[in-house]
Amino acid sequence: MADLRANCAGIESPNPFWLASGPPTNTYGQVARAFDAGWGGAVWKTIGEPIINVYSRYGSVDLGGNRVMGFNNIELITDRPLEDNFREIAEVKRDYPRNALVVSLMVESKREAWHEIVKRTEDAGADGLELNFGCPHGMSERGMGSAVGQVPEYTARILGWVKEVATRPVLAKLTPNVTDVTYIARAARQGGADGLSLINTINSIMGVDLTTFAPLPAVGGKSSHGGYCGPAVKPIALHMVSAVAGDRDVGLPVSGIGGIATWRDAAEFIALGASSVQVCTAVMHYGFRIVEDLADGLSNWMDEVGLRTLDDLRGKALPNVTTWEQLDLNYHLVAEIDYDKCIECELCYVACEDGAHQAIRRHDDADRAGGRHAVEIIEEACVGCNLCSLVCPVDGCIAMKQIPNGAPPVSWKDFTAGRGRLAPRPEHFHVARFG
Amino acid sequence: MTHYAPPLPAAELERNFADIAPPLTPDAAIAEAHRCLYCFDAPCTKACPTHIDVPAFIKKIATGNLRGSARVILDANPMGHSCARACPVEVLCEGACVLNDRDVKPINIALLQRHATDYALERKLRLFAPGRPNGKRVAIVGAGPAGLSCAQDLRRWGYAVTVLEAQDKPGGLNTYGIAEYKMRPATALAEAQMVLDLGVELRTGVVVGRDVGLETLLEEYDAVFVGVGLGSNRGLGIPGEELVGVVDALSFIAHLKSHPYSETPVGRRVAVIGAGNTAIDAVTQAKRLGAERAMIVYRRGEADMRCYHYEYELAKRDGCEFRFHASPRRVLGNARVEGLEVETPAGVEVIACDMVIKALGQTPRAEFVPPAAHPKLFVGGDCANGGAEIVNAAAEGKKGAAAIHRMLGGGHG
Repeated sequence: MADLRANCAGIESPNPFWLASGPPTNTYGQVARAFDAGWGGAVWKTIGEPIINVYSRYGSVDLGGNRVMGFNNIELITDRPLEDNFREIAEVKRDYPRNALVVSLMVESKREAWHEIVKRTEDAGADGLELNFGCPHGMSERGMGSAVGQVPEYTARILGWVKEVATRPVLAKLTPNVTDVTYIARAARQGGADGLSLINTINSIMGVDLTTFAPLPAVGGKSSHGGYCGPAVKPIALHMVSAVAGDRDVGLPVSGIGGIATWRDAAEFIALGASSVQVCTAVMHYGFRIVEDLADGLSNWMDEVGLRTLDDLRGKALPNVTTWEQLDLNYHLVAEIDYDKCIECELCYVACEDGAHQAIRRHDDADRAGGRHAVEIIEEACVGCNLCSLVCPVDGCIAMKQIPNGAPPVSWKDFTAGRGRLAPRPEHFHVARFG
Repeated sequence: MTHYAPPLPAAELERNFADIAPPLTPDAAIAEAHRCLYCFDAPCTKACPTHIDVPAFIKKIATGNLRGSARVILDANPMGHSCARACPVEVLCEGACVLNDRDVKPINIALLQRHATDYALERKLRLFAPGRPNGKRVAIVGAGPAGLSCAQDLRRWGYAVTVLEAQDKPGGLNTYGIAEYKMRPATALAEAQMVLDLGVELRTGVVVGRDVGLETLLEEYDAVFVGVGLGSNRGLGIPGEELVGVVDALSFIAHLKSHPYSETPVGRRVAVIGAGNTAIDAVTQAKRLGAERAMIVYRRGEADMRCYHYEYELAKRDGCEFRFHASPRRVLGNARVEGLEVETPAGVEVIACDMVIKALGQTPRAEFVPPAAHPKLFVGGDCANGGAEIVNAAAEGKKGAAAIHRMLGGGHG
């Protein structure tokens, strides 16, 4: 059985599955139940000067009958007294010494304030600290959260204050609401961070109530932008995690966050460089019990592909993340339909015809009666874009097949530098002439 | 009447004739709508004689645009609601659904169509408007599915439309002939009313050929569409047919549908002769009225039955019995039915029964389909196609409207 033990920036846990800072980690009772269910770690919901929340805090994007494809919140940090939080943090550590308990922190941008909360949190027994530089709503209006994480200098300065007194590993939690997250990540490194957590939530309005014209989630007919998360944000998070994990000037362990709901999601984050993964929305949707399949599925898959530890998996996909200019222009793909599986819905046809490259031909009923298939790939027009295989509702019906063209790989970079040769391409999708 | 079965308690009758396919809840409809793949050039649409754009109306259900959904359906097929209840979808749209090829349950198109059209019927939505009057007048003979479908398009194109109906209510077999557990007369009448509300003049109780001649109509109107359905039930042509207790299936069903259930007499032991869909409607409803035994008597075998397979299954589930290879020779009895003598491969046999329902099909009505076609005369529905589904009648009614429109110089249709 695969060894799922994780170590992120010196914070050890029996598995890489941590609850992200949020509503599920607000109390002793929740975190204790989560650890009983099998979670490896938890990041305690952000503590700081207590706030007052509004009613109506969450919104959901549903798609095709599936609930909570995307999720957002306008909830703030803990609204419980600091003393209660510290007491329960200590109780969790007392009762669950083997699990990782990280505490998320956010206070006003004053050196003394940060010193004090760091010391008190460490006194309570936290295994690590996560600085919330990412919360995009409410707290940012008060100069905290993403207001810090959007400015490299602030990020580095507060990390510096924290590191003056911290004795446990410090993670900086980054906001995706920036032009390029690697700049902030580098600043966090310079400030002394031991690791990074990302992504925090994305600025969002979840919708508009078309009866009241209230943005959602609505508070008395009004709303403010909230933090977007859930399965829909995973691709954004994967990109940012890979950008940070693959950046030589950052060079910090990463705790990956953003839309993780299954062990496959987790494996992808780890393959792109994450040392642990954090989950919130999926737990808010289905409860702590989901950790069982997260661990079981990951372990079974690792056994199947021969990966023994998370170190074997971590970063395995990173070398394959490159720039567009390095991609091989001679890698020739063509769609291929398995007619035994085709159900003749013609979704590939209309998608290609209207939405892409007019490379699928359809036959009318008379031709079909004569033995023609409903649809047919026009190989000489197919640009191998994948669209037909993406919209096809039948698994494995449309495959993208590589056409060997005998040509050595050539990237745009090489090609424009006069190195390498383009394999011949069908004239009609190669309109411009080069060289 | 003592030999008839005593009426079942009212609550049991109500249960027996309750909707056999209850409507979807809004949640279930949306979930089902989301399953639709939204095929391009969809096979379900092609399989429908009226070519309802099925993926379009289903997607509109998914987006919560029920008005738009109903409009897509009723634009293509003014009888879209009754079709949703009574169409043989297993051999039409649902049978053509591509999901069948994926070993997945096909989309429940019938119930989705019902969901959207229920919305329109319950709210009496005015989905269509009459066209600007074009000064032309069309007479339609028969207010059944064909005539009403013809009337809707003609009104939308601005024709003055008069419908002559022999019965005292519109709807034709939708009102008088559909198995009660599929659709009740009030629903058929509500559907007919949506068409009539476009400004159709309806004259009931008028029998063309008795009260007014077809020739007169052809003289007075710019065009005449005939959708009168089929003629009377075919007779058995055997001794004893005149006995009390021998009834024809359509009269039996029409009586059931136009009276309180307890007022339709049903035998304790009922023999239904024939094996088409009307025979099934008769045998199941006899059973549901309280017959102790209800039986199909058919001169040929199981595989030869003309009814749809799912109708056969329904009758079996209802506890009806089937006697194959039994050819009726005589109805036995003194004044009233006491038995049916049949010839079987094993010899002559008597089936004890006190009611015989004839379901051998209907005769054509040649008087409305003159051998030499009149240029102003158009026909459609059962009287033209020999007897088919509501959806065929609707398609032919619309086709008739389009042909009339073309003949009278309309720009489209």
